[in-house]
Amino acid sequence: MVILNILLYAFGSILVGLTFMGIGRKVTARVHLRYGPPFYQSIMDVIKLLSRKSITHNFVMDLGMIMSLAGLIGTMLYVPISGHTAFISNTNIVVIMYLMAIGYLGMAMAVAASGNPNAAIGVSRALTMMLGYEVPFFTVILGLIIFNNSSSVAVIAASQAGSIWNWNIWHMPLGYIAAEITLQAMMGEKPFDAMIAPAEIASGPMVELSGKYLGLGFLTHAVSIFVETGLIVNFFFGGGANPIDFVLKQLGVYLVAVIFDNIFPRYKIEQAVKFLWIFPMGLAVVQLLLLAF
Amino acid sequence: MQILDYAKEEQKKQEDQKLWDKVINYFRKRSLWMLHYCTGCGAMELPPILTSRWDIERFGVGPMATPRQADILLLTGYVSTNTMKRVIRTYEQMPEPKWVLAFGSCTVNGGMYWDSYNTVNNVGEYIPIDITIAGCMPRPEAILDSMIELMDMIQRGEAKAFQKYKENYSYYKENQDRLFKRTKPVLESSALRYIHDENGGEQ
Ligand code: SF4
Repeated sequence: MVILNILLYAFGSILVGLTFMGIGRKVTARVHLRYGPPFYQSIMDVIKLLSRKSITHNFVMDLGMIMSLAGLIGTMLYVPISGHTAFISNTNIVVIMYLMAIGYLGMAMAVAASGNPNAAIGVSRALTMMLGYEVPFFTVILGLIIFNNSSSVAVIAASQAGSIWNWNIWHMPLGYIAAEITLQAMMGEKPFDAMIAPAEIASGPMVELSGKYLGLGFLTHAVSIFVETGLIVNFFFGGGANPIDFVLKQLGVYLVAVIFDNIFPRYKIEQAVKFLWIFPMGLAVVQLLLLAF
Repeated sequence: MQILDYAKEEQKKQEDQKLWDKVINYFRKRSLWMLHYCTGCGAMELPPILTSRWDIERFGVGPMATPRQADILLLTGYVSTNTMKRVIRTYEQMPEPKWVLAFGSCTVNGGMYWDSYNTVNNVGEYIPIDITIAGCMPRPEAILDSMIELMDMIQRGEAKAFQKYKENYSYYKENQDRLFKRTKPVLESSALRYIHDENGGEQ
């Protein structure tokens, strides 16, 4: 029963994440005044990728890809979807933050094992970016924990029930802006997509991933989209009355990120970290001070 | 007579396609990623087919930055002998299944460079080509048309040039070696070179 539940959550999140990616591509196309691919394009891409021949470099690469997917699915199981969680826990913010890093570290391990210099540059950029966004994001979360006296995502989401005016976005707007900017960096959207950068380092971390490995990478990205937008929805938008409501709110958060992705150019990595440590960090600290006093 | 037999055999092969192949071929044809290794003037036609007027992403076709992830290799025009090495190396890095689209008359017979000392006259002798698009340069409509033709071929299980390359490798390798005898290495370490002349490497 538990295993069935976990499988359901995992497949559900992957499917939702892939559909979001497809919708994001459609919206990108509309911003460019194009017609765009169908919304299920990402699902077709993944099936094609899983059916292709692929090249592995060593055992570490296989392990790393599985580890990153497993790490993120593990994270996903702790994210409450309108009150339902696969694993019930009282302090799941800590677990989520801890497990999310495992997902990214697995990816870093896998692609660094391929030995391609572009991949190594991409990974180092991705890890530097992680340093940039985790500090402000954790500061925002610290504010949330102090505000709600609890480190459970479900409690934070439940405390905003009732009307729209109970949502945390009204209580802590500065924190929301900081979280939104860090979300952009977390999902690797512009202006913080220095790690992908197809024009300079040939897709960075993904450069050596072919066929099935890239398919796994797609799935990982889909789950990470689900987790990250899910966290924002739980923290600032009241979590959603039912799963459909929740997914629609997630879609809203994701589309805002996609539209910002379309109108910005790219930061260099040192500029990105500097920006993340000055502006979102400043906003988060001011928010924390406002909450504390 | 032989040709007729061959056609019949091909037809039979297509009818024998298993359901699984048909399903997978559907997904393969709907998601083609192209490697824009732009070799000649035909590359100028790629921006229009990617942008708002002829938007090729409708069909799931999109650019990819590395050969490891690409499904189709675009040869956009004339290929010089030194570029040919890179093209072959790129082609061999792509995982199967892979397809090659050749643009314009230069890839067929050298086009306006047919008498030149440093361009390849018939690219099809060195790597297998699935579809060649006529024109100098081909219009974006022609490229779209060829993409759709390639999709149909993939669905019917006909686009198998990469298997032709594996089966007739000695033919292609011989042609490649003959070509590379004419060229000097540029910016290339001796370990990676394709030709080894009598003096044992360095020229
Ligand atoms: S066929 Fe014409 S347009 Fe194409 S590469 Fe040759 S000369 Fe250029």
